[in-house]
Amino acid sequence: MHCIQHNPSTTSLSSSASSIHGQNKFSDIRTQSISVRGRDGGRSMIKCIATSSSEKTAYKTQVSRNENLAKLQAGYLFPEIARRRAAHLLKYPDAHVISLGIGDTTEPIPQVITTAMAERSRALSTVKGYSGYGAEQGEKPLRAAIASNFYADVGIEEDDIFVSDGAKSDISRLQVLFGSKVTMAVQDPSYPAYVDSSVIMGQTGQFQKDVEKYGKIEYMRCNPENGFFPDLSKVFRTDIIFFCSPNNPTGSAASREQLIKLVQFAKDNGSIIVYDSAYAMYVSENKPRSIFEIPGAKEVAIEVSSFSKYAGFTGVRLGWTVIPKELLYSDGFPVAKDFNRIVCTAFNGASNIAQAGGLACLSPEGIKAMQDVVGFYKENTQIIMDTFNSLGFKVYGGTNAPYVWVHFPGQSSWDVFNEILEKTHVVTTPGSGFGPGGEGFIRVSAFGNRNNVLEACSRFKQLYK
Amino acid sequence: MYKISTGSSIMHCPALLESRSRLKAQMETSVVSAAPDYFTRTRVSRNVNMEKLQNNYLFPEISSRELEHMKKYPHAKVISLGIGDTTEPLPEIVALSMANYARCLSTPEGYKGYGLEQGNKELRKAIAETLYKDLQIKDTEVFISDGSQSEISRLQLLLGSKVTIAVQDPSFPAYIDSGVIMGQAGEFDHASGRYQKIEYMKCGPENNFFPDLHETPRTDIIFFCSPNNPTGQAASREQLEQLVEFAQENGSIIVYDSAYAAFVSDESPRSIYEIPGARKVAIEVSSFSKIAGFTGVRLGWTVVPDELLYSDGFPVLHDFNRIICTCFNGASNVAQAGGLACLSTEGLAAVHSAVDHYKENARILVDSFTSLGLRVYGGVNAPYVWVHFPGSKSWDVFSEILEKTHVTTVPGSGFGPGGEEFIRVTAFGRRDNILEASRRMKSLLS
Repeated sequence: MHCIQHNPSTTSLSSSASSIHGQNKFSDIRTQSISVRGRDGGRSMIKCIATSSSEKTAYKTQVSRNENLAKLQAGYLFPEIARRRAAHLLKYPDAHVISLGIGDTTEPIPQVITTAMAERSRALSTVKGYSGYGAEQGEKPLRAAIASNFYADVGIEEDDIFVSDGAKSDISRLQVLFGSKVTMAVQDPSYPAYVDSSVIMGQTGQFQKDVEKYGKIEYMRCNPENGFFPDLSKVFRTDIIFFCSPNNPTGSAASREQLIKLVQFAKDNGSIIVYDSAYAMYVSENKPRSIFEIPGAKEVAIEVSSFSKYAGFTGVRLGWTVIPKELLYSDGFPVAKDFNRIVCTAFNGASNIAQAGGLACLSPEGIKAMQDVVGFYKENTQIIMDTFNSLGFKVYGGTNAPYVWVHFPGQSSWDVFNEILEKTHVVTTPGSGFGPGGEGFIRVSAFGNRNNVLEACSRFKQLYK
Repeated sequence: MYKISTGSSIMHCPALLESRSRLKAQMETSVVSAAPDYFTRTRVSRNVNMEKLQNNYLFPEISSRELEHMKKYPHAKVISLGIGDTTEPLPEIVALSMANYARCLSTPEGYKGYGLEQGNKELRKAIAETLYKDLQIKDTEVFISDGSQSEISRLQLLLGSKVTIAVQDPSFPAYIDSGVIMGQAGEFDHASGRYQKIEYMKCGPENNFFPDLHETPRTDIIFFCSPNNPTGQAASREQLEQLVEFAQENGSIIVYDSAYAAFVSDESPRSIYEIPGARKVAIEVSSFSKIAGFTGVRLGWTVVPDELLYSDGFPVLHDFNRIICTCFNGASNVAQAGGLACLSTEGLAAVHSAVDHYKENARILVDSFTSLGLRVYGGVNAPYVWVHFPGSKSWDVFSEILEKTHVTTVPGSGFGPGGEEFIRVTAFGRRDNILEASRRMKSLLS
């Protein structure tokens, strides 16, 4: 294979959904994109193209490709958005492209937190301060701080907490834990890692193009008609239920009543909820921030969370997973014990420097600093919501999450994405990237510096006036 | 409750969730046993692959034994030569670069959010150019990880449950354990001490610690670690040529663990890619842990060459990239800054100095055991000394050494049945501890 720099004239960027969900066979797609981040934070694309002559004579091993990887329809969603952005930058090198696509934080990390990381780094060069391997479950003071700050009133203890290098890694570790034989349900639309990791683990059937769903996954439609909470009476029993609230991408936060129903549903079905609370600090209304606020949840739920969107730790990498002692498999074996084994075998702990940062995040000063950062992004969200509302769009989310979910009835979300990108140089995310339930919607993320957000909004007003 | 089989007896010990703290850290234990019946069970079946695992992962088990011992002898100075945990502080240049990077994250100019899942481009280039000089490894073939242990499991996720695997026997337990977890193994056979469906390639003094490949059936994947953990052996060029040829003939993929390459002292290869043809058959996994003391900082890398293809011609790199983008979100940017500093001229010099310190430790240990008339292996090209106690049970020897000298080691059978009769002693430690441990062993064993 040889690698060439991307040449716009040889690219065919189809806007139709089917090409995005086209077969991912090597024989069809002879290109492989590796995106490379430039200094401006933008990504440029390098394409690797296999020449047919080398392919015929190229040595092949006799190892079969993992058929689960072959089931995946396209690249993971966010690198695809990055690729589109990069292509657009090449096409319009002088355009001021604004990214409200990938939910990437932009505000600097508060000093109280980076100072702690800097101090830990320096300490590692001293005899007294050096530490090697840490506990795979995380450093004790950090686990204690997470428990006391987020779970004090709900009886979750320090040893129920497992520190991670972020929710995305832990979602896959949970899938490895559950194995290939479990069935799973997701909201539709949902954060793509749940479905994609499920496919990789072998829990699913083939992708069905007509409905744009993988076989064996239960997709729980969440839309304006049902208040973005699934009609559980229509949902088949699955072993695992992934539920994210406040929700990525819809921005909707489930009410206490809704979560009581969800917990009851899980109890009735003997299911395990994997509750993603990465955006809990964005809740403004009187909505739960943790599944464990619901009585009985400890016997049915795991909670995954992250410092990414609170402290700007998207690059630093730190999160946690809560597995209550009360959560048992059908044979009575504690789920936490097996997860501990996974964490000890498939992981070696989050970076000690990141953990030092995490501990500072949870000091009184750190909490205040994180609330300020969250508050800043919430102001962005308000600006975006106001803009689309003023243009007459039906707008959802935003109040309890850093995502605004804008309805474009009857339109293909990739077409809308492309039009917005082409005409305003603003990157968003097409709703169908999150599942068929996202078709007809665009996700606008509120992470961005204030000027960019204001500029993007004035461009939207121009386009849609 | 978990059970440790020592062959002759079954020992029951309370199951503990342990931290792997050093002596100066707090001791914490919490008990997770089968929960009382008044908790409602879900109807989710436990993953049968987890059930197949025989006991705790080896190193937390060593930790928990050590902690128990410390409780029993609160005034003893326990010296840990068990878990291969680095002890020398980071070079200042490396620590400072991470500190500066962290501070810059508080500034608009210096703030970085999500990095590329494959890793920082500069770091990938630096690894390709510095560590694979003249080996034609491209930066696009280098993937930055948060360490080998995570990456081995991600590679297993990539390869899937249907592949067959071969491991050296003895070997670093993560290969087997991750294989079991992924569903590549059958049941554990207590008589042989092996999981069914896994090919164990015996490596011992009798075969110069290199498997007899003529006797080795084909498997899809061959895990090979050199310099080796736990035996300390570095494979020669000729041996690796045989291995690559074997992989080519069988259409297998070698997963080559080169975490200890920096410890090579002689002409032994430091990378599988020194062998012609390896690019078509091998993935290489490595780590900053033992080179740079990054055991807690968490940084490593994996090389997947462009030419490595599945049987249908699909590039392995493409699927691995998909795994990285879906199941991972990049190594910590602060750790990556540290990695880059390690690869600067000054950084490399500082890092080599720490490696030399550990190598001197290894020499001291080799001398000590040799002077006692014991057969000693390794210790020259690796920070591990592999000591033979013929006719013994390695857990018994481990226990006796711990009980009588307060020195923690690792019993060889923890690394597979091929490790029985051996003890692994790590050379990571403060010099005074290494000398003290040597003295104590001499008193016990002379």
